[in-house]
Amino acid sequence: MSDEPIVQMTGITKDFTGVRALDGVDFTLRPGEIHAIMGENGAGKSTLIKVLTGVHSPDAGRILLDGEPVRFHSPGHAQAGGVSTVYQEVNLTENLSVAENLFAGREPRLGPFINFRAMRRRAAALMSDIGVDLNVAAPLSSYSIATQQLVAIARAVDIESKVLILDEPTSSLDREEVAVLMRVMRRLADSGTALVFISHFLEQVYGICDRMTVLRNGRLVGEWATADLPENELIGHMLGREVEALAGIEQRTAEHEPAGAEPLLSATGLGRKGSIAPFDLEIHPGEVVGLAGLLGSGRTETARLIAGADRHDSGGLEFDGRRVTGHNPRTAAARGIGFCPENRKTEGLVGDLTVAENMILAMQASRGWARAVPPARRAELVAQFIAKLDIRPANPDLPVKNLSGGNQQKVLLARWLLIEPRLLILDEPTRGIDVGAKADIQRLVAELSDEGMSVLFISAELEEVTRLSDRIAVLRDRELIDVLHEESDMTTERIVDTIVTRGSAE
Amino acid sequence: MIKALDAAGEGKANAYLKRLMWPLIVLAALLIVNIVVTGFGFIVPEVHDGRLGGAFVNILRRSAPLLLISLGMTLVIATKGIDLSVGAVYAIGAAVACQFLLDRDQSSMQNVAVAVALALAIAAVIGAWNGTMVAYFGVQPIVATLIFMIAGRGIAQLITGGQIPNVADSSPFVEIGRGAVATVPVPIIIGVAVFAALVLLTRTTALGMLLESVGGNPEASRLAGIRSKGITVLTYLIAGICAGLAGIMGAANLGSADANNGGLWIELDAILAVVIGGTALLGGRFFLLGTTIGVAIIGTLEVTIINVGLSSQWQFTDKAIVVFIVALLQSPEFRAWILKPFRSRGAGQAPTEPDSEKALAK
Repeated sequence: MSDEPIVQMTGITKDFTGVRALDGVDFTLRPGEIHAIMGENGAGKSTLIKVLTGVHSPDAGRILLDGEPVRFHSPGHAQAGGVSTVYQEVNLTENLSVAENLFAGREPRLGPFINFRAMRRRAAALMSDIGVDLNVAAPLSSYSIATQQLVAIARAVDIESKVLILDEPTSSLDREEVAVLMRVMRRLADSGTALVFISHFLEQVYGICDRMTVLRNGRLVGEWATADLPENELIGHMLGREVEALAGIEQRTAEHEPAGAEPLLSATGLGRKGSIAPFDLEIHPGEVVGLAGLLGSGRTETARLIAGADRHDSGGLEFDGRRVTGHNPRTAAARGIGFCPENRKTEGLVGDLTVAENMILAMQASRGWARAVPPARRAELVAQFIAKLDIRPANPDLPVKNLSGGNQQKVLLARWLLIEPRLLILDEPTRGIDVGAKADIQRLVAELSDEGMSVLFISAELEEVTRLSDRIAVLRDRELIDVLHEESDMTTERIVDTIVTRGSAE
Repeated sequence: MIKALDAAGEGKANAYLKRLMWPLIVLAALLIVNIVVTGFGFIVPEVHDGRLGGAFVNILRRSAPLLLISLGMTLVIATKGIDLSVGAVYAIGAAVACQFLLDRDQSSMQNVAVAVALALAIAAVIGAWNGTMVAYFGVQPIVATLIFMIAGRGIAQLITGGQIPNVADSSPFVEIGRGAVATVPVPIIIGVAVFAALVLLTRTTALGMLLESVGGNPEASRLAGIRSKGITVLTYLIAGICAGLAGIMGAANLGSADANNGGLWIELDAILAVVIGGTALLGGRFFLLGTTIGVAIIGTLEVTIINVGLSSQWQFTDKAIVVFIVALLQSPEFRAWILKPFRSRGAGQAPTEPDSEKALAK
């Protein structure tokens, strides 16, 4: 490991029509290190990366790569210069094969033709190199998002970058896959590549990173060696004074015993072939039911069946004592079931529409197109929920795609809260959003349940599930294996235990 | 709070104007070229035989059928769709109306009304059929509407029996294309009325927003509980009616219905007008006023070629050049590039343009 920096950014400033996204930020990256950039959403992490990779050009400041001043015009230009990026959203072509994705634009050739045989061979070698065994001739879309992510990383790895930037690569990976990724990262670092790692998962950052740079509100807070910065101090630096935000919700106890014997919703033998085995589940009024399990265990599938997003092919549902027929998103909404899907961008929000329009969508849908929500009432409702959920910027006429992840999630929540649902289904509402917004959403869930709303809550973070839930349904391999309800059972260890023991018993 | 909302509303209006700015500049440039070449008489309307005339009024009058079709097309495109059958529906509308009047008393107001109603009803049915294919059977819009694009002219020929049915100049029917009310040509009145009706229909109800939602993100719209199928059928139905009405107007102007050539390639001009007007072919946000400006540009262009003394062979090339210019002007990348030498102080504006504008440029 040499101490000569590979990347040195000094005094980087970037304005977006009146908003200063970066203000004189310095960033130094040395060969062979894994360097985390930490900060809340909106702190300027992404902008800093985009300035480095040529997506944005800085308004002021200097970038040195290997001691030479550089200014990249585009990510492709940056990649040619040895700076590769793997983004949170997989930037690959789903209908091409894994091998084609890996070698797109630099295919092994046989004269004027692509040598597919060599391409597949090299692709298979590359994937097994990073410890993933898959059929490289199969289309990318046949693999999970997690696997697609690993393919994207394999591609970046193979391009032999001097600098590899990983922007939220782990947000859709399960534990095992994260371990694979970390192993790959460490090996790359040992071979001299400099890695930039951006993640909301503190334990991953502490597990792998040598050094961290902390940003807040577009300004540099400081740079530390990981060993010198304990977790609570890091959170302090990231949040400023709002450190106690998460602590307040910590002590949610199981005071919500199932109110009465009458469940609000009960699923009997509900299932869908190839997606989730038939299961029984009851949700009582005012109760928060958590769904826990690894990625791919059937959490989302369970939620989608209950929400009516997918059609079930076995069993049935009762809602409010009545048998549910013709279950689909529209009838579900009419019954008072709101569903915030896992993937905000592709299934939740309409990016081009404004914050206000996105919020009003479910209410308007239930009224039909001919009866518009009166403008005055709409403005009032939207203003009320922007204030209540602390959505920033508080401008109802901004296209929702311009908002940060946390604020987008709040807009999606507001859409359903507007119709005052009796059951709210939240699939990974806190994924990929900053600590502040996460706390807001957790607090909101607790509040809503206090007011009598039932919530079905999914999160990859077991801690979050245990903290919020009255009962936890545990899933494994597309099967609901147990429902934990004793207060003493509401621990991460207990859930992991359940998953492990049930799995080995079968 | 109210103040803040007002300011936000203003921001929205500004964004809207910004979208319309480049098409408006191109239109203004075309008008200026014509005024320079032919004098102010080009734009100033004159009253002639109790009706408005003059070069520009005539352009608007002749553009009315294209306007109707383009407005319908705008709504279809907003749903991520496209309607290639409008030219054929134009021919069917014209054929039905003229054929109905052929053997009847053409001076009877009642017969004319029935002819128009019948043509519109058939156009509506075809539109609904297109919409049903797209929404309920999941056929890709370009394929679904291609069917009627090809079959439609054949159907029109079957209706007219391969002849060109004529309507007498004395019939009230021809007034739809040639007449004037209070000196204003009827086609212009109809164009304005349809424009106003569609703006009211989409913007005072929630139809416009739901359309944009369905076009912008179909899956999110489904999960939000929107009945997207019904809405999709409705837009194709509107597009069909607009095309039928355009055909009636065209036939009335000519006094006959030509199943082969009536409204030929008009669907392409309509798509062009929609794109020039700022509605992205990817669906989502739509701009009826922008489409109207796009139609005016296309209409003015054809006259400009003649006025500046180019031979009519230039017609297509010239249109292509103007479309090229409009597309470039709407591209943030191009504007950033062309303005680079002049931009020493306000640097770095270009990358902050919203993505939708980029999508539009493509």
